[in-house]
Amino acid sequence: MITVEHLTKRYGPAVAVDDVSFTVEPGHVTGFLGPNGAGKSTTMRMICGLTPATSGSARVLGKPFTALANPGRRVGVLLDAAAQHSGRTGREVLTLAALMTGVDRRRIDSTLDLVGLTDRESARRVGQYSLGMRQRLGIASALLGDPEVLILDEPANGLDPAGIRWMRDLLDDFASRGGTVLLSSHLLREMEAVADRIVVIGRGRVVAEGHKDDLLRQAGAFVRSTDDAALARALRQGGAGVEELATGGLSVEAEPIDVGRAAAAAGVVLAELRAADSRGLEDLFLELTADDAREQPGAQTRMEVSA
Amino acid sequence: MTTASSVEPVETRTRRPRATPDVRPLTFATLTLVEWRKQLDTRAGRWMLAVIAIITAAVLAVMMAVSGGNHSFSAFVVGTTTPMAMLLPIVGVLAATSEWSQRTALVTFTLEPRRTRVGLAKVVAAIGSGLALLVLTIGLAALAHLLVVAFRDADPAWDVSVRAVLYLALSVVLFMAQGVGFGLLLRSTPAAIVTLLLAPTLFGLLGGLVPGMADVLPWVDLGTAGEPLLFGSALDGEGWAQLGTATLIWVVAPLVGGLWRTARSEISSS
Repeated sequence: MITVEHLTKRYGPAVAVDDVSFTVEPGHVTGFLGPNGAGKSTTMRMICGLTPATSGSARVLGKPFTALANPGRRVGVLLDAAAQHSGRTGREVLTLAALMTGVDRRRIDSTLDLVGLTDRESARRVGQYSLGMRQRLGIASALLGDPEVLILDEPANGLDPAGIRWMRDLLDDFASRGGTVLLSSHLLREMEAVADRIVVIGRGRVVAEGHKDDLLRQAGAFVRSTDDAALARALRQGGAGVEELATGGLSVEAEPIDVGRAAAAAGVVLAELRAADSRGLEDLFLELTADDAREQPGAQTRMEVSA
Repeated sequence: MTTASSVEPVETRTRRPRATPDVRPLTFATLTLVEWRKQLDTRAGRWMLAVIAIITAAVLAVMMAVSGGNHSFSAFVVGTTTPMAMLLPIVGVLAATSEWSQRTALVTFTLEPRRTRVGLAKVVAAIGSGLALLVLTIGLAALAHLLVVAFRDADPAWDVSVRAVLYLALSVVLFMAQGVGFGLLLRSTPAAIVTLLLAPTLFGLLGGLVPGMADVLPWVDLGTAGEPLLFGSALDGEGWAQLGTATLIWVVAPLVGGLWRTARSEISSS
């Protein structure tokens, strides 16, 4: 469980994170989505007590992160996979974490196994690792303490498709056993596959929060008929918004059943009628953050015009 | 904006039976041991200590070779402690700066958010390394003296007092705390090392040029005030007072500043 309340971070006049509130529930993977510079990483650092908040608060498992005794055993954190000493071996990185948090050192082997780093790889220095291997090592560090909460910033970055698939299964499994997962990414497709709840942030503000299916559901219907022009006329008379698609068919702002009734009344033969496709996360994302993107040109700071 | 309603009931998911009620808080001893290991588990750290050991051995070898090897134990000890005095603070610097130059601060302070404890653990661990090295070099000096007595007919002179050893130990403590302090304060290895090596020297030089500074210098220059520690001459009351004020300026102030900066600042990976 992570609770973020009115979290705000200012750097001088610039507002990096502006009154952000959301909760991350156990049993779910919550995706934290936003364009670069939207404040994702700053928010995550504030949750972990690394960046002091200007105002507001964040609690993890009911306490501020910094008040957790031995937080490595309660919360697994990966904020930057590249932030490892290049001169240490992968195994040594985990050994240090195990010593510090008091984890049985036998867990190092099983965790390395879990993230798919071989004995040979773990004996190499981190400086020689690919980004994907560093991500795996970072996820291993996060999981080492057998935590209840995972906070991962862009963990899919640098993973190959198989690695991304593996991570998705891992997070699914973690959440299904009652774990809490907060995961940031700009890889929209991945987020769509792995997260069941989503928080969208744009220029420091939460612009949408909720269940992925709710956010992606789009009202409306798609219809094709033997006489689209007549059907469009009939629908417009009924007050529904209609868009004639270049590829044939109509996109209608009405439920399929109402479109069917209108067609029956107008005597038009339907060839195809179904609910509109759910939007991709990409469309949602671009739509929600578009305003911010347009306001941006020329602005040096991220001063927010209050909506 | 959609509310945080969960469509999928949480009850269908099985709660994981958790077996971690025995989470122990991090002790300072644990932190210190981890920090000590961090000084030694990288090539940079190992090389630093190895270089000190090699230079020490080289100095001893040269001393054994020249002028018939006829040196007292104390002469050998002075020979070994000089390179140590130069290089030990760098071990302290590295212990602190590597967190930033290698960006491990992000992980370190996530695992232990009480940053001042981490900083103090670094000081204690660095002092531990320094004292271990001191014992090793005194041992080497003793061995060197034993060898010249046995094989080069040198006069046996086991003339190192307990006081001299304690003075050396105190100087190691000061060097290490100073190194960690400058490292935490400046966060950059080159900047910290250059400042550490040059600042007191420049300070001493400039002080020598200013008339009237000669009286003040022993009170504010650690090099001058700390000299008796390295060469074993007994400190009197005034000497201790001078060591105290110089330590305040060159060891305590940077360390407190470094710890303060660490506790206050934002820990970020870039």
